[in-house]
Amino acid sequence: MTTENSSRTSTVPETDSEEYSSVNPATDMIDCKLSRRDFVKTVGYFTGAGALGLQLISVETIVECAPLEFSASAHTVELTVNGLVHKLTMDTRVTLLDALREYLKLTGTKKGCDHGQCGACTVLVNGRRINSCLSLAVTHQGDQITTIEGLSGGEELHPLQTAFIEHDGFQCGYCTPGQICSAVALLEEARRGDASFVTPDLAHTGRVELTPEEIRERMSGNVCRCGAYPGIVQAVQTASRTL
Amino acid sequence: MNPFEYQQVDEPATAVDAISRWRGSKFLAGGTNLIDLMKNTVEQPPKLIDINHIPLRGIEQTPDGGVKLGALARNSDTANHPLIRKNYPLLSQAILSGASPQLRNMATNGGNLLQRTRCPYFMDPAFSRCNKRTPGSGCSALEGFHENHAILGASDQCIATHPSDMCVALAALEAKVRVRGPKGERIIAIGDFHRLPGTTPQIDTTLMPDELIVSIDLPPSPYGSHSHYLKIRERTSYAFALVSVAAAIDVDSGWIRGARLALGGVAHKPWRVEAAEAALAGQKLSISLFEQAASRALSGARPRRDNTYKVEMAKRAIIRALTIAGGLA
Ligand SMILES: Cc1cc2nc3c(=O)[nH]c(=O)nc-3n(C[C@H](O)[C@H](O)[C@H](O)COP(=O)(O)OP(=O)(O)OC[C@H]3O[C@@H](n4cnc5c(N)ncnc54)[C@H](O)[C@@H]3O)c2cc1C
Ligand code: SF4
Ligand code: FES
Ligand code: FES
Repeated sequence: MTTENSSRTSTVPETDSEEYSSVNPATDMIDCKLSRRDFVKTVGYFTGAGALGLQLISVETIVECAPLEFSASAHTVELTVNGLVHKLTMDTRVTLLDALREYLKLTGTKKGCDHGQCGACTVLVNGRRINSCLSLAVTHQGDQITTIEGLSGGEELHPLQTAFIEHDGFQCGYCTPGQICSAVALLEEARRGDASFVTPDLAHTGRVELTPEEIRERMSGNVCRCGAYPGIVQAVQTASRTL
Repeated sequence: MNPFEYQQVDEPATAVDAISRWRGSKFLAGGTNLIDLMKNTVEQPPKLIDINHIPLRGIEQTPDGGVKLGALARNSDTANHPLIRKNYPLLSQAILSGASPQLRNMATNGGNLLQRTRCPYFMDPAFSRCNKRTPGSGCSALEGFHENHAILGASDQCIATHPSDMCVALAALEAKVRVRGPKGERIIAIGDFHRLPGTTPQIDTTLMPDELIVSIDLPPSPYGSHSHYLKIRERTSYAFALVSVAAAIDVDSGWIRGARLALGGVAHKPWRVEAAEAALAGQKLSISLFEQAASRALSGARPRRDNTYKVEMAKRAIIRALTIAGGLA
């Protein structure tokens, strides 16, 4: 691949067998003897271990990052997650989901389908729910990202977390972080009067009454393999009354 | 996913300039279709030009009484904008029927127009034969299972459908797509924007690779209070249409002044049926009139082995949508 992006100064070595040396001995888990081809392969499979996971720099730990020369498409971004700023240098291909899970080790956010079809990866970006699996991490400079880990206030659970427990809104729990993040945004959308496909009158713009039908439609972006839907609907309805 | 360069741009001119220089590069908007397709290498752009910082998110009334939808306005914000809910409820409904709240928060109006078919053979490179992905390779759907493929306007090279709900409403509302290329702006009528497959199914639209969509312009609509978007799918929500209908009627005390009718899920493009519209104009509202219009709309249908059901489904959906739009339900 040719490069001509003026915002980057690094170049990709021409040979596949070229070896690199570490820039920081503190990151001794980095395998610095990877050939370029191996590295690309590693990144391609997103193993989350070794070279990939260790390109992390967080402001708290101030670990220096692996050399940019690794990839023709590395990019640095500051991600603000649950109020903490993390400076990461990553392959441009890393999704927000993989950045959260594999780089920041915030594994509360789950990967289900990785194609926008299940909602397990739902997080809040500037208060709006999105599928983090279809969003590139590099696009989130300056955004306020909230994951399931950021919802509670210390030991105090978020009212939706409490409601999910109270109403058995889960079985295995795999879809639950996505369900809860989604529901947090849902309540805000209903409060400000956003319509859904089942809203009878689009001209009516006030706060939406969250009937079970409205909740089911508005939560339809979150699939639950365990079929905990009745409890989920009740939990959202209960929380909508208390919040 | 193949490696790619990433660049952010913050004005249309820079975006057009960047895309003209990098062959095969793509604009990144919400990413909900592009990133999905890049994950399984159906799309392999060497460079992504992130257009999200271009100030094209506005939704504004135009002097002629219409509305201009910014190309980067999110689908959710568009559907919920007071001007759209009030004057173009058909568009709100169509958008809200599609995808999920999360996806609609990401998806942009421009990206929605350019989303690619959901033909499973196109989306999975394990099927080597797909003329849309690899021109000249053949069509796996023609020889395979084509239950959810086109019944109108298809060719023997490709029988894929256009998956968008929003675009079906835009077709009925006679929207115009404003695009900017290296030589300046031009306007493409929504009916001319998407193509039929013919012998070049790899080309979805008449947009040039170096053109940026800047807005979708809606003319003033007389259909506000008499319209309906009906979507038929395999589950109640979060599924693409098997068949959908955008119906809009301009009613004057029981008589139809004019009507607009477009179908989704049946063709390579949103399928506006002007013959059916003509059959409705000037007539008194009635179910039997709607039945005639539905027959006309499907008269050219050419179903294949697995999708014959779509003809009857589309007819009934048209009758139902017109009945609701006309207030006879
Ligand atoms: C699980 C799932 C279910 C879905 N269900 C539905 C459904 O039921 N109904 C429905 O209608 N849709 C559905 N969608 C599709 C969704 O609506 C589209 O993916 C979305 O609208 C695309 O918009 P985007 O901004 O994310 O586009 P992107 O993915 O960013 O871009 C798509 C294409 O458009 C190009 N592009 C984007 N903006 C511009 C511009 N301004 N100028 C020029 N080129 C541009 C990009 O280069 C790319 O080629 C679904 C998607 C998923 C993943
Ligand atoms: S219908 Fe079109 S998109 Fe689907 S396999 Fe055939 S050529 Fe490809
Ligand atoms: S993992 Fe993102 S929607 Fe399934
Ligand atoms: S609780 Fe198991 S998938 Fe939802």
